[in-house]
Amino acid sequence: MSGPKEARRLPPGSLVRVRDDWPELRGKAHVRTPHYLRGRRGRVVRYLGDFKNPEELAFARPAALLPLYHVSFEQPAIWHEGDAGDELLVEVYGSWLEPA
Amino acid sequence: MAGTGLKLEQIPGERLLGAVAALLAEKGITSPAEIAQQIAATDAAAPAQGARMIAKAWTDADYRAALLADGTRAAEMLGIPMRGAPPLGVLEDTEDLHHLVVCTLCSCYPRAVLGYPPFWYKSAAYRARAVRDPRGLLAEWGTMLAPGIRLRVVDSTADYRWMVLPLRPAASEGWSEQQLASLVRETDMIGVTLPGHSAA
Amino acid sequence: MNLDAPRAHHDLGGAGKYLCQGIDRTAHALTDFDKEVDGLRQVLGAKGLMTVDELRRGIEAIPEADYHRLSYYQRWIRSIASILLEKGVITEAELAAALERTP
Repeated sequence: MSGPKEARRLPPGSLVRVRDDWPELRGKAHVRTPHYLRGRRGRVVRYLGDFKNPEELAFARPAALLPLYHVSFEQPAIWHEGDAGDELLVEVYGSWLEPA
Repeated sequence: MAGTGLKLEQIPGERLLGAVAALLAEKGITSPAEIAQQIAATDAAAPAQGARMIAKAWTDADYRAALLADGTRAAEMLGIPMRGAPPLGVLEDTEDLHHLVVCTLCSCYPRAVLGYPPFWYKSAAYRARAVRDPRGLLAEWGTMLAPGIRLRVVDSTADYRWMVLPLRPAASEGWSEQQLASLVRETDMIGVTLPGHSAA
Repeated sequence: MNLDAPRAHHDLGGAGKYLCQGIDRTAHALTDFDKEVDGLRQVLGAKGLMTVDELRRGIEAIPEADYHRLSYYQRWIRSIASILLEKGVITEAELAAALERTP
């Protein structure tokens, strides 16, 4: 099954950056991208499926389907402490990712 | 809270629950029986269910592959009800990689398989430390990873719920599936302990 | 540098004030209150009256001091009541009257 949606999907190994955006500073928001990831670079491990945007569901608004990815981040790089080789693996919606 | 001046923050939780439940029952929206039935269903889930899945994966290569490919389906294969539950993801520990599960934003947990999350999993200290000081956190349980083992902390932020498929302890050679299941603890499936190692 | 950027108070990953806090590993059995709140939430979810996303959003809206003072399920019932009122499933007047009748 192939089409525009599948073509836009980020392949495993893609280098990505989490948008350095802070919707919660602009008013009521429900964000499932943790603060510690904003602006960080990571690597797509795999596509997990399409799911409705929780930022809209939280306010009972119509919610678009978004691709969800498992993205890996080097743990020491985020905190400036920690063990080399340790990583954080986090579900991130495609709307929060841009190519690095 | 705009309006008549009803201040939710001044109402003790127990009283608020009583009033809300009574009101919803009066309006025919929910009933005490439905809630009791739901509680019974949730109570039926427990770590022993997950332990059976782990033990089977340790002894049956086909089941292991099925578990890693689709945790929800693998749970259902063992008769664990998963209808309406979020998708279950299973994280495979290897000789040089160990997983730890957390939900820093709230308390997401594979409840359909393991039951209610433990108190500590929902605590601010666990949620804060797991992504930043995971090895210090494991030390709270007396868990020390051997040199060279990498740690992958999985933050459950979205639609999946995650559990760990840990390594089978070396000393368990020849054990039956039932014996293996009896040694797998809730803490092993979250990743704060390793099967076969006593917690502190 | 995003570690300095303000984080919402529920967004606890790496939060400095908890890094030195030990973990209470004792078993805390769920009370009848806890289970009732949990059960109520699931029933409301199954009936399409309240999603887990709304529950979370309601919890996140609890002011910081209350968020940390309230127990886990006390946060839940506060959120459930708030969301049901917001959506008009129940009204303030109805809830006020029900509270009058509830000890």
